[in-house]
Amino acid sequence: MSPADWLELLRLHLTLSPLAIGGAMTLAPELHRALVVQHAWLSEAQFQACLTLAQATPGPNVLYIALAGWTVGLQATPGPLLQQALLAVLGLTIALVGVLLPSSLLACAAGHWLRQHPQHRGVRAFRQGMAPVVVGVMLSAAWLLARSLDLCADPSQPVPAAIAVVSTLAVWRTRMNLLWLIGAGGLIGAFGAFGAFGAFGGLGGLGGL
Amino acid sequence: MTAPATGPHPRNARELFWAFSHLAMQGFGGVLGVVQRELVERRGWMSNEEFLEEWGLAQVLPGPNVCNLALMYGWRQHGPRGALAALAGLLALPLLTLLLVASVFRLGADQPQAVAALRGMGAVTVGILAGAGIKLLLALRSHRLGPLAAMTLAGLATLGITWLDLPLPAIVAGVGGLSCAWVYRCLRPGERAAG
Repeated sequence: MSPADWLELLRLHLTLSPLAIGGAMTLAPELHRALVVQHAWLSEAQFQACLTLAQATPGPNVLYIALAGWTVGLQATPGPLLQQALLAVLGLTIALVGVLLPSSLLACAAGHWLRQHPQHRGVRAFRQGMAPVVVGVMLSAAWLLARSLDLCADPSQPVPAAIAVVSTLAVWRTRMNLLWLIGAGGLIGAFGAFGAFGAFGGLGGLGGL
Repeated sequence: MTAPATGPHPRNARELFWAFSHLAMQGFGGVLGVVQRELVERRGWMSNEEFLEEWGLAQVLPGPNVCNLALMYGWRQHGPRGALAALAGLLALPLLTLLLVASVFRLGADQPQAVAALRGMGAVTVGILAGAGIKLLLALRSHRLGPLAAMTLAGLATLGITWLDLPLPAIVAGVGGLSCAWVYRCLRPGERAAG
């Protein structure tokens, strides 16, 4: 990648940042167009892997953009390992700072202004008026994630849906540490409960023949 | 609303950093549900109502919602240092984890067991989001518009996103706009903020 390419990478992220209303995931189509289709800095599979890995690991979803920048840098120029690692860090930094800086300055400025005018009628109407929308978004996020994980797709595999229901009750009714829940979910998954129940369902199908 | 003068709150930027690190490392598939759990319930740094207000603003502004929330909350507690500490806490450890996992996957480790484990953790994340959502829905009972109206608006937003597949800006402008205008009408001019 030439210096002009690095500048273009920075410009791309800086201009996308103020458009990210609704969070980092809303930028995925536009980033895909620029990184994969327009510049071919990433392959289709690499971009998908960035999205999937960032979803699967802990932390805010915006990190898929950091990982995409890292991958762009990593394969920017063939060379010794150290040089590639440094370029990967450069790509990651450009992507993450670029996508966060404009929106963060705006958030700090807005927060500051609102603190200065806490009694303003419009400010209070806005803060209290948005509360139902926030609740709706959170419930929708649960539903959409359940749908993307296909939790209820197969009635012969009740374990994933049961994990979700038990976690819901545990979060709602108890104060237990979430890490225990996440660990338990991971263990049940890894020990093949999903697969075992899949096989069980399959055997049931055979019994019907 | 401003921060309560009493009650627990982060003592310094370092505590902000670790609090946001801790909640970020629990957020598989997004951090939305965990923020409420950590900041409202475990640490008591804000009430459910304050959380809804902070998050409403973070959601309307462009940028990753949880980053906006960390910045605004951190700044309010400890100024620019607090804002940077909260944001850094949110990003640093998850970023290192992600790079580590990405490097391992690059080496060709494609284990069905790992994929199944991630699916199990994803199912828990659904529960974290749903559980936090139910609690916040119940917190709407004390909303200015009354329980029925506030919960109906929340239901409209949910249906708009999940059933009609409307983009978030449309929900914010439609349901949010209606809700804000309604609250505005209910607030008397010059009335002091409650609390």
